[in-house]
Amino acid sequence: MDLRINNTSLIFALGLVFVALAIVYREKLDLGKDIVVGVIRAVIQLFLVGYVLGYVFKLDNNIVTFTMVLVIIFNASHNAGKRSQGLPHAFKISFIAILTATSLTLLILLLSGSLVFKPSQIVPITGMIASNSMVAIGICYRNLNGKFVDQRQQILEKLALGADLKQASISIVRDSIKAGMSPTIDSAKTVGLVSLPGMMSGLMFAGVDPTHAIKYQIMVTFMLISTTSIASVIASYMAYKNFYNERKQLIG
Amino acid sequence: MYEPIIELNHLSFKVDDKLILNDATFSIGKGDFVTITGPSGSGKSTLLKIIASMLSQTSGKIKYKGKDVEDYDPIAYRKEVSYCFQTATLFGKTVKENLAFPYEIRQETFDETKAIRYLDKVGLNETYLTKKINDLSGGEKQRIALIRNVLILPEVLLLDEVTSALDEENKQVIGRFVQEMNETKKVTVLWVTHNPSEVAESDRVIKIINGGVKEKDGLEN
Repeated sequence: MDLRINNTSLIFALGLVFVALAIVYREKLDLGKDIVVGVIRAVIQLFLVGYVLGYVFKLDNNIVTFTMVLVIIFNASHNAGKRSQGLPHAFKISFIAILTATSLTLLILLLSGSLVFKPSQIVPITGMIASNSMVAIGICYRNLNGKFVDQRQQILEKLALGADLKQASISIVRDSIKAGMSPTIDSAKTVGLVSLPGMMSGLMFAGVDPTHAIKYQIMVTFMLISTTSIASVIASYMAYKNFYNERKQLIG
Repeated sequence: MYEPIIELNHLSFKVDDKLILNDATFSIGKGDFVTITGPSGSGKSTLLKIIASMLSQTSGKIKYKGKDVEDYDPIAYRKEVSYCFQTATLFGKTVKENLAFPYEIRQETFDETKAIRYLDKVGLNETYLTKKINDLSGGEKQRIALIRNVLILPEVLLLDEVTSALDEENKQVIGRFVQEMNETKKVTVLWVTHNPSEVAESDRVIKIINGGVKEKDGLEN
């Protein structure tokens, strides 16, 4: 392994941020503060998580590993909930969706022998699963919110004809699930051709043979297709009912 | 013998502090053909939507067949008390999808023969079944939407100014069709309209002025 990065080289790499800041300044984009805050947060968060993960990996304790998994799922659910634009029970729905998607996917990976239950594998993989679920759920919420506005009259017509809530909303729910899954499916189609994803690049960076690294990436591709579909289905099916009141009338 | 099917008791509806409907009390008899008239913004559409359980009143009660509407499952109730919108919105891609929808939500097989018969009654024909909804005119959409409401006969048909944007010919076609549904199928009709010919055909006229209800003979609730 030939990893030369150290604090001095990181400081020099900071020059790249100044390139972005120069562009922002020249084009008057008013994003300078956001970039500075983003960079500072990223550095602090990553240093913190680096030390925490180092400790957790060394400890190799099942309870601590489970706690880390739950913390990741909780944070992902919180962020997905924030993207719901005020949808009631968004945190609860996101938590159930991400917990189920993560648990099922991890279970299948463990049972198939693709993963072993040790923190250095479980924690990073949970992070990948939960963050992709979070993004998928955020897209589902955005899609539901938009479609329930755009197709309001059609839904009202269906309700007036005696459709139940599922019958009135099913086309929107299906669109939202599709929207939630699309980025993962699109990236699966172009993986290796357009992008060399993080997992695979990281392994190759660390000196692993590319033919071996791709096997992990194939596993990650399967895992993300499964997890985004589970999370999108659960979130969309749980969320659509919140657009109606207890008298089965469309709210708003 | 007069048998009330819909009874409104001191029905009011407020949005914030604005009173849209004020203490409406009247009943509609089974099989009646009643028209509701009144100036724009007087609360006619709101009244119909509340009767259809698409909106809930702020105060007062509605009874359907002697039972409080709130005691019915709204979905089952809307299958019997069917509301037709002022501007028809069709969904999906084809006319057939729209006409099959009432059967689909009841898990029944689509009665294509009946659909064609009803299309004929409103001056359309069976070729319309496969037509794309985007290729239809406003009048055609409105006629199809009306058929969609009555293919599986409701007990009560609520029509919210369904002919207001149509030409005279389309108004007459829809008027005749609704009258036939009322006379031969005994569907109770409650029709919000400004059209004098539709008003003339009705058994009774209810006027709504500033959210308050007045019968044609001036009787005020």
